[in-house]
Amino acid sequence: MDFTEDQIQRYSRHILLQDVGVEGQEKISNGKVLIVGAGGLGAPVALYLAAAGVGTIGIIDGDVVDLSNLQRQVIHFTPDVNKPKVISAKEKINLLNPDVKVNTYYDLLTAANALEIIKDYDFIVDGTDNFPVKFLINDACVKAGKPFSHGGILRFDGQAITVLPGTTACYRCVFHSPPPANAVPTCSEAGVLGAIAGILGTIQATEVLKYLTGVGNLLTDRLLTFNAKTMEFRNIKVKHNHKCQVCGDHPTITELVDYEQATCEIKTNH
Amino acid sequence: MSTVKLDITKEHCPMTFVKTKIALSKLQSGDILEVLLVEGEPLQNVPRSSREQGFKVLEVSHVEGQIHKVLIEK
Repeated sequence: MDFTEDQIQRYSRHILLQDVGVEGQEKISNGKVLIVGAGGLGAPVALYLAAAGVGTIGIIDGDVVDLSNLQRQVIHFTPDVNKPKVISAKEKINLLNPDVKVNTYYDLLTAANALEIIKDYDFIVDGTDNFPVKFLINDACVKAGKPFSHGGILRFDGQAITVLPGTTACYRCVFHSPPPANAVPTCSEAGVLGAIAGILGTIQATEVLKYLTGVGNLLTDRLLTFNAKTMEFRNIKVKHNHKCQVCGDHPTITELVDYEQATCEIKTNH
Repeated sequence: MSTVKLDITKEHCPMTFVKTKIALSKLQSGDILEVLLVEGEPLQNVPRSSREQGFKVLEVSHVEGQIHKVLIEK
């Protein structure tokens, strides 16, 4: 593809990089990435991928913007309160970079729609805030052979891992099944320091760009954890589990399931 | 093997090397890019960055006034 003068200017800092260059920017521009959740993690992921010129960005989220989201979900602004998050996110992406095609899904990701939605994308980003959907994304991506980035944040902590199904450890190899509903606090109950959404989300966006361009070593077979209070980052080695229920030698999970959602009792949006 | 010409005498850093890289990306290995640039920053940076990124700088020569010519082999 030939970049226009404006695109050469816009992407000049990528083109200058030896590891990216014109070829790498073309790969980014041809990339199709689905972001599940337009919240704390999805916001920086969407903004940085849009800025980088990822050709197609899909966003799925069934929520509307709530005033309490604005402390960390930096793609949504005060006038967006009560607007579907996918619409608010699409508007900002279009303003940031008109090159990007945005597909919006004003819906929850479920066992019924997951495979149909992810099939059109090269890479999936888990920006969700609850275990049931995290396991659903893992299982759907493993079944479909789609690489994905898992990310999670709570209070002052965050973690991330990149999964290449069939090649590297999956989320379920490490965490076998979701905790029982209501056994673990959700973000809304426990609180979260807003800026760590930015730390973790930009790590995920970086993994996407590394995957699309083939640059560097992905965050695979190791779980990155960090704590904002100590500002310590750790890499914990993990291995593909031959007994994994979804990607092991004898998988027992052959159909996608919707686990019971933990509900937040503090406040709902409605 | 062919030689392609590129005039970046009107460009400023970093677009000087950006334009050079884009021109190089369209060449085959062994082709030569003949770059016209002005002295000062472009003359310092373009040959250096080209070498750093694995291209061979064959020649740097004065053309006239502030204009210099750099031959880069892909």
